[in-house]
Amino acid sequence: MDWRGILTGIKAAWRREISAYFATPLAYVFVAIFLLVLSVFTWDLSSFFDTGAADLGPFFYWHPWLFMLFMPALAMRLWADETNAGTAEILLSLPVSLPGLVIGKLLAAWTVAAFALILTFPWWITVNILGPADNAAIALTYCVSLIMAGSYLAIGSAVSALTRSAVLAFVIGVLIAFILTAAGWPLVSGAIANWLGAGAGDAVAQFSFLTHFETAQRGVLELRGLIFYFGFTALFVALNTLFVMQRRAGAQ
Amino acid sequence: MLELQNLNKVFGDNVAVSGLSFGLQKGEVLGFLGQNGAGKSTTMRMIAGVLEPDSGDAVLNGHSIVSARREAQSQIGYLPEGAPLYRDMTPLTFLRFIADAHGLNKIARRDAVDRVIADARIANVADQSISSLSKGYRRRVGLAAALINDPPILLLDEPTDGLDPIQKRAVRALVARMAPEKAIVISTHTLEEVPAMCSRVVVINNGMMVADDSPQALAARKPGGLEEVFISLANNHEAGVR
Repeated sequence: MDWRGILTGIKAAWRREISAYFATPLAYVFVAIFLLVLSVFTWDLSSFFDTGAADLGPFFYWHPWLFMLFMPALAMRLWADETNAGTAEILLSLPVSLPGLVIGKLLAAWTVAAFALILTFPWWITVNILGPADNAAIALTYCVSLIMAGSYLAIGSAVSALTRSAVLAFVIGVLIAFILTAAGWPLVSGAIANWLGAGAGDAVAQFSFLTHFETAQRGVLELRGLIFYFGFTALFVALNTLFVMQRRAGAQ
Repeated sequence: MLELQNLNKVFGDNVAVSGLSFGLQKGEVLGFLGQNGAGKSTTMRMIAGVLEPDSGDAVLNGHSIVSARREAQSQIGYLPEGAPLYRDMTPLTFLRFIADAHGLNKIARRDAVDRVIADARIANVADQSISSLSKGYRRRVGLAAALINDPPILLLDEPTDGLDPIQKRAVRALVARMAPEKAIVISTHTLEEVPAMCSRVVVINNGMMVADDSPQALAARKPGGLEEVFISLANNHEAGVR
């Protein structure tokens, strides 16, 4: 394995994508809308101040559902725009490792997601003002939320490599993300359990981002959950690399 | 320095490149001619490692593009057709990105970027957004990017397409200046450029090589010169295909 080549690719792609996100209003608009929607949902739909508890449960509850929409939006242009604008021609002629490019692009989108999560800090401060909060549990949930965001982004990025249309990449990305989120929703897992048996319902729920995030929300760090998220991210990074390799082979 | 060995590429039922072989030495400027759709850009893309050949190989300074892609790619500078660029960047940030991808350290990167900005004469627009640049400047930024690693082999796909006469002259002068130290392939269908820039001509049609000669020798084959020879080669082949 040529780690130096991979690192060169990661560094070059990360710098390029970060500059692309922040050179235009894209990242700022994304972060602003994400914060607005998350705040409205937490405040209004989850009735944050009516719970009478100093915890961020109502705030974290919405993360998987919002990531399902926002992360594919953040990742949709990563590869689709390269194909559409013809810049893939330049990118693929550079002496860099393909997995390095894929990881570098993903990390850039992940950085923007981290930036958005960091800017939710007023909620953390608020909950500490309201009462004694379990800050270790909150920090843990934030970390798992960021790791989960990476999995959603990896899906969006891989799908983006399949098409030259960013909009199509977004729609397909949201669809896949929805399946992987809703599979852990009691309404869906319950229906599957009724239809195919309790074992099937549980098995399907184990493949949901929601299920593993709920464990983290209780302040429990499960190795199984981390393996799930990192494994999912690695799988979609591998698929993303494969899709770009197929393009080089002339299959697209 | 550059060796094409029986390159082949098929897209569905369309044979884009068929059994293409030729070599190129340092100091040679090869005019790679053919009609639109003849297989020029597909060949250039295969040499640049953007597209994998179905069979055959391109060996660049001793490195196979099939089995040692990255080493081979570090030997070339490639200006794709239409010079696609990241429109949200400035020429300066774009060139820094290309230098990063070539693994240049900070000092080498600064020197390389300064050198190519001077060579391509884009200093006056280096901090402007690429989206605001004219077609000529964008082509020059693409050319600057192709030169960033001072490659021994240059692949220029339609480098003067759409440029005004002054810009064309500047590109020709740059090619002439670099020619003694590099092997250069220029894909074009602008025949008048060939004698001005190239020391050798390869003509392809339907993916196959139909001529390999000096521009003068090729032009002398018919009274009408290079243009008539080119048309005749294309027509003969089409007649043969029919």
